[in-house]
Amino acid sequence: MSAESNVRTLTIDGEEISARADQTILEAAREHKLAIPTLCHLDGLSEVGACRMCLVEVKGARRLLPACVTRVEEGMEVTTHNPKIDRYRTMILELFFAERNHICSICVANGNCELQSLALTLGMTHVEIPYQYPQLPVDASHPRFTVDHNRCVLCTRCVRVCSEIEGANTWGVMGRGAQSLVITDLKEPWGESETCTSCGKCVQVCPTGALFEKDRAGSKVRKQPDFLPYLRIMREGEQ
Amino acid sequence: MTDIRTLATVWLDGCSGCHMSLLDMDERLIELSSQFQLVYSPLVDRKTFPERVDVTLVEGAVASVEDLKKIRRIREHTGVLVSLGDCALTGNVSAMRNTCGPQPVMLRVYEQNVLQPQIPTEGVPALLNRVRPVHEVVPVDVYVPGCPPSADTIYRVLSELLAGHVPTLGGVAHFG
Amino acid sequence: MNVEELQQIAAQAQEERDKFDYEVNVCMGTSCLSQHSDRIRDAIAKEAESCGKKCHVRRTGCMGPCAAGPMVLVEPAGTQYGHVREGDAKDIVSALGGDPVARLDPRLGSYFEGQHFVVLENVGHIDPEKVDEYVARGGYEALLKVLTEMTPAQVIEQISKSGLRGRGGGGYPTGLKWDTVAKVKGAQKYVICNGDEGDPGAFMDRSVLESDPQRVIEGMAIAAYAIGATKGYVYVRAEYPLAVQRLTVALREARRRGFLGNAICETTFSFDIDIRLGAGAFVCGEETALIASIEGKRGTPRPRPPYPAVSGLWGDPTLINNVETFANVPPIIRHGGEWFSSMGTARSKGTKVFALTGKIQRTGLVEVPMGMTLRQIIFGIGGGVPDGRKFKAVQTGGPSGGCLPEEHLDLSISYDALISAGSMMGSGGMIVMDDTSCMVSVARFFMEFCMTESCGKCVPCRAGTVQMYNLLTKICKGEATRRDLDQLTELCEVVGATSLCGLGQTAPNPVLSTLRYFRHEYLAHIDEKRCPAGVCECSPAVEVHA
Ligand SMILES: Cc1cc2nc3c(=O)[nH]c(=O)nc-3n(C[C@H](O)[C@H](O)[C@H](O)COP(=O)(O)O)c2cc1C
Ligand code: SF4
Ligand code: SF4
Ligand code: SF4
Ligand code: FES
Repeated sequence: MSAESNVRTLTIDGEEISARADQTILEAAREHKLAIPTLCHLDGLSEVGACRMCLVEVKGARRLLPACVTRVEEGMEVTTHNPKIDRYRTMILELFFAERNHICSICVANGNCELQSLALTLGMTHVEIPYQYPQLPVDASHPRFTVDHNRCVLCTRCVRVCSEIEGANTWGVMGRGAQSLVITDLKEPWGESETCTSCGKCVQVCPTGALFEKDRAGSKVRKQPDFLPYLRIMREGEQ
Repeated sequence: MTDIRTLATVWLDGCSGCHMSLLDMDERLIELSSQFQLVYSPLVDRKTFPERVDVTLVEGAVASVEDLKKIRRIREHTGVLVSLGDCALTGNVSAMRNTCGPQPVMLRVYEQNVLQPQIPTEGVPALLNRVRPVHEVVPVDVYVPGCPPSADTIYRVLSELLAGHVPTLGGVAHFG
Repeated sequence: MNVEELQQIAAQAQEERDKFDYEVNVCMGTSCLSQHSDRIRDAIAKEAESCGKKCHVRRTGCMGPCAAGPMVLVEPAGTQYGHVREGDAKDIVSALGGDPVARLDPRLGSYFEGQHFVVLENVGHIDPEKVDEYVARGGYEALLKVLTEMTPAQVIEQISKSGLRGRGGGGYPTGLKWDTVAKVKGAQKYVICNGDEGDPGAFMDRSVLESDPQRVIEGMAIAAYAIGATKGYVYVRAEYPLAVQRLTVALREARRRGFLGNAICETTFSFDIDIRLGAGAFVCGEETALIASIEGKRGTPRPRPPYPAVSGLWGDPTLINNVETFANVPPIIRHGGEWFSSMGTARSKGTKVFALTGKIQRTGLVEVPMGMTLRQIIFGIGGGVPDGRKFKAVQTGGPSGGCLPEEHLDLSISYDALISAGSMMGSGGMIVMDDTSCMVSVARFFMEFCMTESCGKCVPCRAGTVQMYNLLTKICKGEATRRDLDQLTELCEVVGATSLCGLGQTAPNPVLSTLRYFRHEYLAHIDEKRCPAGVCECSPAVEVHA
């Protein structure tokens, strides 16, 4: 295939850009420093399109499309921000905050949390819809790590990194709807998991305060998920 | 918007941290106080909420029957109501008991691990079953996130109000 | 197998039939079976043996008028009996050749008037477990024709010409879908039959699988030939044990007769089908979730594209159609696409099977040509609302659909007309409500369904349905304000626009349609703290404290 046919030209928010045919709208936008909010997406992991933060308007499409999974096409006209999309995103954020117990002031991720900063960048100052206050467990059985379901947004980054990168498949999801919970093995306490290698990758990729390292709790700890794309490239190079 | 002349601050179910932050404005307080009059506050003596206040800053969540009465009265007599800090805004720590209700908390505080267990009933307001953010109870005009909001943020809010606009803190201050 | 052999099987089956003077067909669909129609069949068989009349007693699938069950159909007279008990066996047998037993008249009135059987053409006439009886009624003619006389492209052309649209709810043109999968390159392709049928009040697919499973198998085999697949799966919910059992037998029978397996009908075409059981998650009816479930993964939808047509089961091109869609295929091939497209409306062709339930005289399964009005179905076939009550609304499309009021009774049924009225064809559930139903409670019921059936993958649906459910509860209790109603409306918009799959996208529909047609009921709950239907207990909110 010629190099030519691999290139697509499209506009994002009126700006004309070109992208590789295999790129998603999100990749193309970010390459051109155009911001689209995301939560479940993480460079280096497969996409699930679950958080719906990255929804964008594509001219001619019947619905809003998730930028993280939608491939660029020739002549596409993408709008990443308008009053309607912004309103939807704020409401989705509110749904996140209201469904579990996010008490930023006492959270290990305070000041270092992707959910919290999304609220800041999208200008969400309060939550209109009623908080649900579910009773959720905290599992501190692992010698080094803790999972606090009160802060989990069910992005499944932990599940994916554990399966796709570490290959341990310790994490999974159980239950349905609002009862969904990320679990280790067959809901064994994390500390008793026979598959967990204690590599800590899940902790590094978790966007919130749901997964954290015990001895380093506190707002100083910055999570470091940047290793993923490199790891991916290195591995692909080996093959 | 009408001229801002009078200011009130109230303290519902919170830790007083927001008021500390207010005081943290230091010398800027003097600058501001020349422009408005602090008519009601835990920091001043007055016992009843005035008939008319231009701006009221509310710290804390609505957690007791007393809070509920207060906030309704305040809303009625206030021009611009400002929800100050996470407790007022989200319920925050005050609302942590909402996952279990007030009873277990009462038991823990007044019955378990005390020498003379007794749950007080007199002279204290009854707790609501559910702690609520202020805007769930009365309409709020300005939301100021933060636990506590920084002195800078509060200064910004007050200056803007004095300058005649209703500030929005979106993109400026975050929860926590 | 070739044409002669097929005719031979048919002839043999006919010969078998000719040995008898009478046929007594006993309905053994789930509904009649639950009233022990198996014992009735045994009783009639015993009577028939001792009386000396040449009578064949047959079990059949659901005959339709379930409310009058257990049903018995006597041929060649065509006499129908309803509410039959074991003790009636003697009278039924003695009446053979004479006057029917008057007290067993099912009083079906105009139940069959205007019904038109395509999908249900064999119902009441064949034993679902006997492939030869299916063949005797023209079964597998279509498959043979396709394999020996038609190219895959010609098959697809007929299906396209027929105007058949997916009966699983979405109404996607079937020919177009087949064409897409056929054109995608792939060494391995799959055909999947979606028999998950999770809508509350729907039992069309179950009935088809229970009464005429060969028809679905034939439809799938034709599809497989058309798109170039060698392997098929029928995904049935495990709550349908009878359907699973009949299908299992049917597959075995079809293999025995050489309609499935290697070198089918002496051609190079090979195709076989396996059954996969669903564990009763509604969302597993969504095609990508269903595929994940067959792969042994957690049944959650994934974003499309890529569509299953391009990347489906195990990443291979996959055709997925509904049970009823496949059931329409053999007659289309037998009679031609044009025959099919002569029935129905401009953009909705053929017939549709509906499961009539709720506050209606004659509950049951009906098949009507597209374009029939709701009034004809509900008041003609269904006999209207019982107990002298007043019709209030009809719900179609299950949890994705909506409630239509009296003003819409003259609406002609088609995919597009239902959508523009704020409801949906859905898979064919039709629930009739009278004036004792509170429309807010109805909306709340469906929202509860969506809330508990949400897979939890995407947040608008997972958390949004909970919020909407709570708001609806608040309204029902008379504790809501106008602000709550605004919030509900906004949630409807956001959840509908941003959810990942059809479940979340359509979850607001029951609320939106009741808000559109019955807004006054919402307002009565909110402003007057009153439930017009007297269903909800409304009392204004009080601040509770410890
Ligand atoms: C939540 C949800 C549930 C569904 N359930 C069913 C079902 O039970 N049966 C079905 O045939 N299609 C169901 N569908 C539609 C399928 O995804 C798919 O469109 C259909 O099986 C395609 O077949 P058709 O083109 O023949 O209609 C469902 C869709 C959604 C979003
Ligand atoms: S996880 Fe993030 S949003 Fe949630 S409480 Fe912690 S800091 Fe706040
Ligand atoms: S634990 Fe963290 S990474 Fe895992 S799903 Fe929850 S928020 Fe995402
Ligand atoms: S819309 Fe509902 S059912 Fe569909 S993916 Fe999202 S959570 Fe799952
Ligand atoms: S980042 Fe695209 S859906 Fe989450």
